[in-house]
Amino acid sequence: MQIQSPNILLIVVAAVVMVLYVFTNSAVLVWVERKVSAHIQRRPGPFEVGPFGLLQTAIDGLKLMAKQLIIPAKADKRIFMLAPVLSFVPPIAALLTVPFGKVVQVQNLDIGILFILSLAALNVLAILIAGWSSANKYSLFGAVRSVAQNIAYEIPLLLSLLTAVLWMGTLNLGELVDAQGGFWFVFTPFGFIAFVIYFVTGMAETNRAPFDLPEAESELTAGFHTEYSGMGFGLFFLGEYTNMILVSAIATSLFLGGYNLPFITLNGEGILWELIRVLIFLAKAYFLIFVMIWMRWTFPRVRFDQLLNLCWKVLIPFSLVNLAAAAIWIKAVGG
Amino acid sequence: MLNYFKEIFVGIKSLLIGMKVTAFYGTKKTITAHYPFEKIPITPNFRGHIDLVVTKKGYHKCISCGMCERACPSGCITIEAVKPEGAKKKKLTGYTLDFTKCSLCGNCVETCPTSAIKYSNDYYLVGTSRHDFHFDLLARAMKAAEEMGIEWTEPVEKPKEPTEPQAEGGESPAPAGA
Amino acid sequence: MIQKPDPTQETLVLNMGPQHPSTHGVLRVVLHCDGEYVLDAEPVIGYGHRMHELIGEVRDHRGFYANVGRMDYGGALSFGHGHILAVERMLPDLEVPERAEYLRVITTELNRVASHLLWFGAFLLDLGAFTPILYSFDDREAILDLLEHVTGARLTFSYMRVGGVAADVDKDWCDGVIAFVKRMRERVPMYHKLVTGNIIFRKRVEDVGHITRDMALKYGCTGPVIRGSGIPYDVRRSEPYSIYPELDFEIPTSERCDCMGRYNVRWEEIEQSLRIIEQAITKLPEGPVMADKVPKVIKAKGEVYQAVEAARGSLGYYIACDGTTSPYRMKIRVPSYSNLSILKELTRGILLSDLVAVMGSFDLVIPEIDR
Ligand code: SF4
Ligand code: SF4
Repeated sequence: MQIQSPNILLIVVAAVVMVLYVFTNSAVLVWVERKVSAHIQRRPGPFEVGPFGLLQTAIDGLKLMAKQLIIPAKADKRIFMLAPVLSFVPPIAALLTVPFGKVVQVQNLDIGILFILSLAALNVLAILIAGWSSANKYSLFGAVRSVAQNIAYEIPLLLSLLTAVLWMGTLNLGELVDAQGGFWFVFTPFGFIAFVIYFVTGMAETNRAPFDLPEAESELTAGFHTEYSGMGFGLFFLGEYTNMILVSAIATSLFLGGYNLPFITLNGEGILWELIRVLIFLAKAYFLIFVMIWMRWTFPRVRFDQLLNLCWKVLIPFSLVNLAAAAIWIKAVGG
Repeated sequence: MLNYFKEIFVGIKSLLIGMKVTAFYGTKKTITAHYPFEKIPITPNFRGHIDLVVTKKGYHKCISCGMCERACPSGCITIEAVKPEGAKKKKLTGYTLDFTKCSLCGNCVETCPTSAIKYSNDYYLVGTSRHDFHFDLLARAMKAAEEMGIEWTEPVEKPKEPTEPQAEGGESPAPAGA
Repeated sequence: MIQKPDPTQETLVLNMGPQHPSTHGVLRVVLHCDGEYVLDAEPVIGYGHRMHELIGEVRDHRGFYANVGRMDYGGALSFGHGHILAVERMLPDLEVPERAEYLRVITTELNRVASHLLWFGAFLLDLGAFTPILYSFDDREAILDLLEHVTGARLTFSYMRVGGVAADVDKDWCDGVIAFVKRMRERVPMYHKLVTGNIIFRKRVEDVGHITRDMALKYGCTGPVIRGSGIPYDVRRSEPYSIYPELDFEIPTSERCDCMGRYNVRWEEIEQSLRIIEQAITKLPEGPVMADKVPKVIKAKGEVYQAVEAARGSLGYYIACDGTTSPYRMKIRVPSYSNLSILKELTRGILLSDLVAVMGSFDLVIPEIDR
């Protein structure tokens, strides 16, 4: 593993920029989600504050910050406070390795994918301790559900990512993108199946409807964050939206050719080219998020055992077969 | 085995159909009214709280019989009436509606022998205390008359004919009211 | 009685409600859970008790009429219909005009459709789908606009009167109703596309909450719950009242016995209600809407029991009068109460999510249970 003598200053600046990006991203995504859901439901959505209601989420964030943090008397205080932070920080750290463009990537790790996955796995820990420390039965139910769901779904997630890694032969996110170039991985049959599986599991990992069982409003009131108020809840919210962008960013770089257009590899030099690349990358990622939102507002929630059934009976067999087939293909045809 | 694949296929298809429906409606115009700026026209038949009818002459039609007061199941109507010396009819001095108790059943309007009360179309009701909903209907009627440009005129000009037999008011012995 | 948790057993006691998103009001269900499995579900009622029956014994018949709509906010008109029919039966001299009876049926059926649409949205909300309720409210609004135009209210209609109805309708309104029936028929396929066929929805409701015929009979279930178990019991047919014998409609049943069966039955009922409305509008006779001679003060003697088919099942009014202006005893048999009583037996050993689905499929209205 080559360590390119990390420039501390650069990393600090990048981290700050990333945190800012995450905040704006969440604000915009909440707005998008509200607008999309509203139009699906034939309502206008927020339109009062700012142009098209764009400032609505900023105001809501302000309101959340101004709210009192209520900690239940029986809660385990320290863990209770730690959980929201734990759900919010890892996705930000993971975003640092995402190649938004050829240069716009804070740290190109050789094990980028592994790094991201290990950080993403922390999310379930956050939910678990949030549910556990709340001293609320509904929260506990949510936490337990979340653990089972995340652990089960980690398997097809990894298998589908493994297919991509196997195909391109690297763990480095930047190289993964470059290896695809214009011929996105999703254009191959293996890539397509792996992408669909990844997308489904990604939704489950981010606890988005129809897989929002840990929250399951109509069953568990609000699941693991029932007892959180103010910014505690706000951080979970931020974490969820950051996870969404993370999941779609990975999907974009592994399956959708990152910053490349279909069948066109963008290799130009210079700021302008880089800007175009970043825009293309973001467009793809946000399109995936849009699909996620669209699905959320269309489908009912799956039941718990069905969720696991889907994982064990459909997603895992499919991804296993897919992985094996891809491996055989690589051996036989030579990738 | 075939069923397994069939179910997956049917399932995915049904999901896509559902998404098509939401996408279809998502691109259509919204159907809500932006309330403070837009108002949905309310039907003239709307049953709001009751109001005294203002006649063309600028007076109400109530004869203070107290029928509505007795018909009201919730006891929200209070009528005060006096019978001036020598007058043959009672004169309404106060008509209060406690709207907090009203169930909008309509019994009062239907029992009134002179159709002196009607439903108002007023649904912009908001208050900071429950006393805001103790309406003085007589005052409201006077205000309504003013808005309609009619002067509130009490029909006092009726000449006193001493031999006239008493026509109404036999039902309630005392001036009705609390 | 609420069971005390057995300390030797590793079960979790979970209070679902009285404030819980899917109990639709103030119903409390005490759950004994083993993990996600519900070992025992005990409904606790009475949080919204308003003594409607006692009020009925204190007030006179007309005065109580406004209350009946408050019991069932979803289908206020059928509650009114039952009460008025019961009172009218105690007045043998009273001749209710045909037109009034037709209008009662038309408005009640419109109300039934509205109630089922409300249920549909709420049920899907219980299952975690947020959008269908907005679509169904779109159609429900159209019904409420129609009903508001004739009754003057959108929820607690208070439309019927002893001897007739409060207001007559005009040609425009009838056209509006016909237009609505057409619109609703066009919308139904959309609902089926969005929801009924959806694989997630189907998995959530198929084979969940299986009520056998015997069980449904044993607990006195009525309405879509019993018809969803394959028993074609509908008061409109079994104890015909009003003008229903003159109308042509079917009693939809389903042999599935599960939540899906009840779901399907309700959708078919919507179609049948639309049929009834269509027929009644075309047959609507001319004439007055109020009987000529309605006694000002109703002093009746004797007992009556009048059942009608409300949106949730058989609704019965038992009124015993002793010759004074108010009843001596008033007993109201509400459908949701009997339908809820089956919950304990039905939900033994099912998942928490299924419990929500089962309760949703009953279409419970808590104020009606508590009265
Ligand atoms: S509408 Fe009914 S409750 Fe209201 S004031 Fe009139 S009689 Fe009383
Ligand atoms: S019933 Fe009519 S006339 Fe009699 S007191 Fe009431 S409003 Fe006046």
